Amino acid sequence: MVDVTPADAVPPAEVAEMELYHPHSWWTKYVFSQDAKVIAVQYSATAMAIGLVALMLSWLMRLQLGFPGTFDFITPEAYYQFITMHGMIMVIYLLTALFLGGFGNYLIPLMVGARDMVFPYVNMLSYWVYLLAVLVLVSSFFAPGGPTGAGWTLYPPQAIMTGTPGGQDWGIILMLSSLILFIIGFTMGGLNYVVTVLQGRTRGMTLMRLPLTVWGIFTATVMALLAFPALFVACVMMLLDRLLGTSFFMPAIVEMGEQLQHNGGSPILFQHLFWFFGHPEVYIVALPAFGIVSDLISTHARKNIFGYRMMVWAIIAIGALSFVVWAHHMYVSGMNPYFGFFFATTTLIIAVPTAIKVYNWVLTLWRGDIHLTIPMLFALAFIVTFVNGGLTGLFLGNVVVDVPLSDTMFVVAHFHMVMGVAPILVIFGAIYHWYPKVTGRMLDETLGRFHFWITFLGAYLIFFPMHYLGLMGVPRRYAELTDMNIMTESAHHLNSFISIMAFIVGFAQMVFLFNLIWSIRHGREAGGNPWRATTLEWQTPETPPAHGNFGKELPIVYRWAYDYSVPGAKEDFIPQNVPGSFGPSREPA
Amino acid sequence: MAETTLTHTSQMDRPRGLRGIAADWASDQRAFKNVSWGKAMMWIFLLSDTFIFGCFLLSYMTARISTRVPWPNPSEVFALRIGGSEIPLILIAIMTFVLISSSGTMAMAVNFGYRRDRRKTAILMLLTAALGATFVGMQAFEWTKLITEGVRPWGNPWGAAQFGSCFFMITGFHGTHVTIGVIFLIIVARKVWRGDFDTGRPGFFTSRRGRYENVEIMGLYWHFVDLVWVFIFAFFYLW
Repeated sequence: MVDVTPADAVPPAEVAEMELYHPHSWWTKYVFSQDAKVIAVQYSATAMAIGLVALMLSWLMRLQLGFPGTFDFITPEAYYQFITMHGMIMVIYLLTALFLGGFGNYLIPLMVGARDMVFPYVNMLSYWVYLLAVLVLVSSFFAPGGPTGAGWTLYPPQAIMTGTPGGQDWGIILMLSSLILFIIGFTMGGLNYVVTVLQGRTRGMTLMRLPLTVWGIFTATVMALLAFPALFVACVMMLLDRLLGTSFFMPAIVEMGEQLQHNGGSPILFQHLFWFFGHPEVYIVALPAFGIVSDLISTHARKNIFGYRMMVWAIIAIGALSFVVWAHHMYVSGMNPYFGFFFATTTLIIAVPTAIKVYNWVLTLWRGDIHLTIPMLFALAFIVTFVNGGLTGLFLGNVVVDVPLSDTMFVVAHFHMVMGVAPILVIFGAIYHWYPKVTGRMLDETLGRFHFWITFLGAYLIFFPMHYLGLMGVPRRYAELTDMNIMTESAHHLNSFISIMAFIVGFAQMVFLFNLIWSIRHGREAGGNPWRATTLEWQTPETPPAHGNFGKELPIVYRWAYDYSVPGAKEDFIPQNVPGSFGPSREPA
Repeated sequence: MAETTLTHTSQMDRPRGLRGIAADWASDQRAFKNVSWGKAMMWIFLLSDTFIFGCFLLSYMTARISTRVPWPNPSEVFALRIGGSEIPLILIAIMTFVLISSSGTMAMAVNFGYRRDRRKTAILMLLTAALGATFVGMQAFEWTKLITEGVRPWGNPWGAAQFGSCFFMITGFHGTHVTIGVIFLIIVARKVWRGDFDTGRPGFFTSRRGRYENVEIMGLYWHFVDLVWVFIFAFFYLW
């Protein structure tokens, strides 16, 4: 490709359109702020706060599973409520919101060289609607009957029936309303992220010079804009079933010896709608993690990312393929075997671009100048965990293997490894990496290493044994496992062990939170570019970046984001906004 | 603008074939060279909204083909008794005519907007809004008629219960879109009338200056709502 110098470039288009809103008061500067960086911090703080609730719910679940019968207050109903809220919060309100709303808002404008998102006002609304969604969700804990206990998949008919906690109370109504609000809020933010990447870049920043972080977040946002509609529709329809007595998802059904008013609906239709959203959702969480981890590895191994082009195309291919695999979550729903064959095939094809990415990460590390900083440790942990979780995905993607393993702890272990632990490890790595830019100070190193080792090893000790429990046939979503034949004594011991590990790992997260707060004031001064990184967010005149990001002049981009250790260059990194040729760069032509 | 961009890009020798296409899309600053941020955002929103209506319609089709109870016959249900004879689908025909006409007036408004003819633009936009409001009004009439005949979201006198639920849900969701469109048409028409796009008066909430292009962006949304109606019309009333 041609080296785009300013002379050839289209005249700067950002000037006419980018009129920043200048805050006049404390309220418009820090609360109702239109600055993407403030919105990012708001998104992240809210997501982490609600994530903390989900973490505590997981402790309660582990109390019950590890020490059955000991804690009277955990009734089966309460257990189902914990499991539902834990899953929904972690997947949607924590991971999706933190990756796209948090990292997306902070990093996209800075990394593409924009002053802000293209429509800051809409971006601000996005956060406030998200907060409203979270509040509605939280309110269900205090509603009569408590939150819904339908499982995070909310399958009808049970989700809106009497036997399910919250089914005929407020729980399910608040859950569905909260999801609808979340989708509306996300759409407002998501449109901003997509248009900013497509149309708001600075001069010289071609799409093929974007850092992979932006590619991951961008593709995930596009996917979310196309996948969330299915969930939106499913929520609206189930809300109508519950409130107006329609029968979209409700077949003729007898409850407690009484024939219900419903007739002729299709529960399978809900499953299709849900998983048409639900599978892309896995990659909505995974792709930003892929992107971020690529940048962490490249920066901390002081080496260009291996196969940049291939990495980009793999992200796009994964994004596209993930829309045609959804029914692999429904192998046991009684579908036509040829359907199963089709979806198993597409599922396994996704392993190809994913494997390309893993190879490229490893090849980036190969003979790199690896600095075992905390972000790097988390990135390495991610690769290991992701490969592990991905391989069990190959088990579950095959119909014949999936059928016996379906609804066992094996599934729980699989998806926690691949879309729970792996992306969370990246989030931690990313926070240690970008915290200095957000606050101007480093996070404490000792606490960080403590946090890393406990979290990484602990997560393995929690989820690895679960695979064995699953292979033994221990079912998931059972509140009581005491009197089952398959629950041997050793299985019980294993469960107690997992629970104790879960508490330890949870404790380590408190240390992390302490570190986050403590370092704002007491952390070591970071300077503008502590990791000696090339991307634009590290080249801002101020740290933390001021409103408008880049001072008077927007940076001009002369190179890709991965000019590390270029032979002949004075430093081992060349920022993207530095002109001139220093030696043989590996930027793809 | 279009010409300068073309000369600029033609000065660069670009790779041929698929690589050239990729290079074009990935090129500097903007993927779509002459598309403003607002227009790009509206197109992407409409794409997302298409998926919402698509999911609604697919769910309706699933319900309709999988029900074992007969589906009410639309040409009888949606007939009006005018002058002693039942005329099938007459109301829907008028509604469709009204909505498609409103797309025509919208297109004219866009045209006059780019000619900076404040008066004609505003009048045509208000006319579009009036036609849209008429459409919603007729929809309200249709709903009332069906409700008095005993159609409910949970059942109806003629067959599958999903008929009423799908009908109210889908036309209701579309009607909401039209209503929101009418509201925004009035807001934008007011801005045009007041001359905001000539004087560069900043928006009340966004503090951004509007341009006559906003009329076209509004038009994109309006034509989309119109297009969706064609699909609802075909799949719900003509099937």
